[in-house]
Amino acid sequence: MKTKHIIAKTYLWILIAVLYTPIVMIIVFSFTKSKVLGNWTGFSIDLYKNLFSGNSGIGLNSAIINTIIIALIAAFFATLLGTLAAIGIYNMRQRERNILLFTNNIPMINPDIITGVSLFFLFVALGVTQGMATIIIAHIVFCTPYVVLSVMPRLTKMNPNIYEAALDLGATPFQALRKVLIPELLPGMISGFILSITLSIDDFGVTYFTKGSGGIETLSTFIYADARRGGLTPELRPLFSLIFLVILIMLVIINIRASKKTNK
Amino acid sequence: MAKLTNIFNNRRSWAAPYALFLVLFVVLPLIMIVFYAFHDASGTFTVHNFTKFFTTNTDLNRFIYSIGIAIITTLICILLGYPAAYIMASAEFNTPKVMAILFILPMWVNFLLRTIATAELFSMLGMPLREGALLFGMVYDFLPFMIYPIYNTIQKLDNSYLEAARDLGATPLQVFTKVTLPLSMPGIYSGIVMVFMPTVSTFAISEILTENNIHLFGTTIQESINSGTMLNYGAALSLIMLVIIGITSLIGNNDNSESREGGLL
Repeated sequence: MKTKHIIAKTYLWILIAVLYTPIVMIIVFSFTKSKVLGNWTGFSIDLYKNLFSGNSGIGLNSAIINTIIIALIAAFFATLLGTLAAIGIYNMRQRERNILLFTNNIPMINPDIITGVSLFFLFVALGVTQGMATIIIAHIVFCTPYVVLSVMPRLTKMNPNIYEAALDLGATPFQALRKVLIPELLPGMISGFILSITLSIDDFGVTYFTKGSGGIETLSTFIYADARRGGLTPELRPLFSLIFLVILIMLVIINIRASKKTNK
Repeated sequence: MAKLTNIFNNRRSWAAPYALFLVLFVVLPLIMIVFYAFHDASGTFTVHNFTKFFTTNTDLNRFIYSIGIAIITTLICILLGYPAAYIMASAEFNTPKVMAILFILPMWVNFLLRTIATAELFSMLGMPLREGALLFGMVYDFLPFMIYPIYNTIQKLDNSYLEAARDLGATPLQVFTKVTLPLSMPGIYSGIVMVFMPTVSTFAISEILTENNIHLFGTTIQESINSGTMLNYGAALSLIMLVIIGITSLIGNNDNSESREGGLL
């Protein structure tokens, strides 16, 4: 019995070790100045200095800014659109609901390349010049389904009479929305928003086909272009080491809180 | 004002903006793929794009090769991922919950950067950047997508089924093959969908991990679209990809929305 446990634990740790090796490598080599990942030229924090002083090149700086702007705007509209849609879908009859939920599933099932290429053809057919706006629309397309799916469970768990009671007690529909419905749905909306930001920042395939030829790059497409040119901008190493660290700390905090809650 | 109140009261219509959005930016673009696929550059109807695909050996071979790579990747992910998910989810091993989070954490580092680091790792170890590197990279990138849905389904398993099986005299192996495994199939199905779809369609990973030596079907699509002159051919290839996706999602159609829901945080 004991050996079985030891084998199981060892297996998990080997998998995790393999999974983290490339990441550890990025973090380790963020502390050296060399241009090439995998070439140690002595300890240095110059790359971090460059990253924060904006000396890492205009390309990377604008890619970071574009990525943040796109993620925030797309997540905002996805949350708005998705929450309204979830409320609407909840109040629909079975048939309509099924049709809408089916269509809602399409962007989640489609791989990036199909979502990207299909939107590319739409924009070509409409004669729209592709750029920031088309990227944002494309990101709303693949983020909103996840918002709908995170808000829907809140609606099914909620007592539908509360909203009606607010109306009966003289609240205007808008007040009822603001004071009753939204507070109930807020946790779902927040997790939908965070998920949207994550998906948007991480996206490569959809952005690649909808960014047009105007030279707009996000972090993903910037890294791809970099890799194709054969050299990776060295400041990407400290950037992602920091992102990884922030997420790690956030998750640790969330988990400590969650375990405290369950202990109570 | 009366109209506005009407809209508020009829909460069904709140989904209207999204319904319109879906038609315009999800349904219409898919129709566009079909439209472009069956037309040539001058806009006349043709099936030439498809006959071209089925008679161009390099493209057809890449297509078959990509499906093969995707199937192998998916199988390796099941073989590696199922035991991991099982160990973490079943009460027997008593693994801390943090373990499951450790498996999804790497996904927050941009996958292209991780793939580049993997490629560097291979060259540092003096291993060639060929098929082996490609398979390793694919499994590495998508393994969490297999582990997570399986982990979720096993965790939700009603323990009384297992106890009942044991009480009725089943050996541990029988409990696993007759109860745990069949009940965790929905998780495996959604894992298959979540691993197979991106691996069959990727283009960046293979370019980075094989230094452009191995071309997958995704690369063919990307090259056709980027060339500017072969748009319609690219559309036909995308449509073929869509058919594959359709078939896969039918296989995995065991309500996989449930195991995905809120899966990341």
